[in-house]
Amino acid sequence: MPIEELIKTAVILGVVVLALAPVITWIERKQSAVMQDRIGANRADIAGITVLGLLHPLADVIKLFAKEDFVPQGANRVMHTIAPLIAAMPAIVSYGVIPFGGVYYFGDYRLSLAVADPDWGILYIFAIASIATYGTVLGGWSSNNNWSLLGAMRASAQMISYEVTMGLSLVGIFMVFQTLSLVTMGLEQDTTMRVFGFVERLLGFPVPAFLDWVRIPAWGIFYQPLGFVMFLACIMAENKRPPFDLPEAESELIAGFFMEYSGMRFGLFYMSEFIQVVVIAGLMTALFLGGWAIPYLDTDTIIGGVGSFFGTGFATGLCILLHFGTFMVKVVMMIWLQMALRWTLPRFRYDQVMDLCWKIILPLSIANILVTGAVMLMVRS
Amino acid sequence: MTVFSFLFYLFAALAVVSALGMVMNLRNTVAAALSLVVTMISLAAIYVLMEAHLVAAIQIMVYAGAIVVLFLFVVMLLNLRQDTFAPGRQWLVKSAGALAGLLVGAQLVRLLSSPLPELPVLPEGFGGYRMLGISLYTDYVLLVEMASLLLLAAIVGALILAKRKID
Repeated sequence: MPIEELIKTAVILGVVVLALAPVITWIERKQSAVMQDRIGANRADIAGITVLGLLHPLADVIKLFAKEDFVPQGANRVMHTIAPLIAAMPAIVSYGVIPFGGVYYFGDYRLSLAVADPDWGILYIFAIASIATYGTVLGGWSSNNNWSLLGAMRASAQMISYEVTMGLSLVGIFMVFQTLSLVTMGLEQDTTMRVFGFVERLLGFPVPAFLDWVRIPAWGIFYQPLGFVMFLACIMAENKRPPFDLPEAESELIAGFFMEYSGMRFGLFYMSEFIQVVVIAGLMTALFLGGWAIPYLDTDTIIGGVGSFFGTGFATGLCILLHFGTFMVKVVMMIWLQMALRWTLPRFRYDQVMDLCWKIILPLSIANILVTGAVMLMVRS
Repeated sequence: MTVFSFLFYLFAALAVVSALGMVMNLRNTVAAALSLVVTMISLAAIYVLMEAHLVAAIQIMVYAGAIVVLFLFVVMLLNLRQDTFAPGRQWLVKSAGALAGLLVGAQLVRLLSSPLPELPVLPEGFGGYRMLGISLYTDYVLLVEMASLLLLAAIVGALILAKRKID
């Protein structure tokens, strides 16, 4: 039904692109201020009202639109123009398969709160993300500037390398949930698992019944803690934000690949990073933090419990609101984590970035696949 | 015309035009590489229309997203500017192109003169990662292992070559 998809797309675009991404630019400045013991962005005001500095994103946008859109001499005009678009589009489009709620039934009508649910959902995100490299590389190449070119070369090597490990570090989670669809993964995580269940399966003697009450949510992070850390490192390196901001390293390359950009074209490069922060948060939530699931309170319990008093329709509506709220809370937590990392860690050296990818994460992710497979064979036999 | 055939002809035309754009562009190497990317993405779209989702995703991830980026990396490293990439033996290129065009034309005439074959009914889950994985690791496991050996040999060879230059 196209109308349903349009409404879901509008929700995603409204929440992610129009609401969250500008606020994140403010959060980034404010959080850095708090972490560095400053007051931070608080000066932009309308008639003396500052609203905690929340008017800064608005002022930024007005400033970017008013600036001259400059193309340097000797630059390739066409590619200089389209590069920011190529950089920004994948970030927005990849949100299409991340579920922001579960699957609900109104009578026979099935409502799935994800814009699209292809069987190969996560591969779609990988494919789209690999296109984003071109925006960076072209932006740097077409500027006719050696600093930009160096930034573009660094970006191409770094992004290709981390794409490899990004996929490999997720194989463990595919094996655990036996699917590539993010919607199905969300449904699988909407439950709990016994902490001592493995004793029964592996060692063969029964666990006392009272220990069955010791349960944790069946989230990806509890199945794949190493996968969580590795995937977070890889996807942050893909986004080229500190500590992986080698392509734009201000102290070495001035501003790297987008040095020759001004006005809203620069703004597109800048915004695409922040949109990707939201995408990363949503993806980490959907894969590892149970997605929209409320810990210890699964969908059937909510609908059954509330539905017996107020009717199933009301209970389902309430469930949708609760799940969407839970998802947003988790996304905001993941954004906060990325911001905290960004202001905590210093920039790596270039060889350190490459060593981290090929000498640490790659072998560890292959070992992770091996161990996951061995444990699954033992537990499920 | 159904949506399916409209999309098919759209992406097929895009693939052909961008492929021509790649081979006929002799002045700007980066633009030629980008045309190749457009060809890859159009082919991936056609794979999606044919229900081969995994192949489509891998087409974009590997070919468009990694291999052409490496081409671009080399092009940028050599810093080829305009007009420095005109091949010396133009007549060779042109006659090879004419021969290939002749062959493609003959094939087209042969295909269009005979009636189109009936489309087979696809089995459940065709083109998905499950079916592909199962058939790769059961029916074709020997070929997969051979390919992996070949790749391993290539990696070791590349490492030795790279190492010798540094020492």
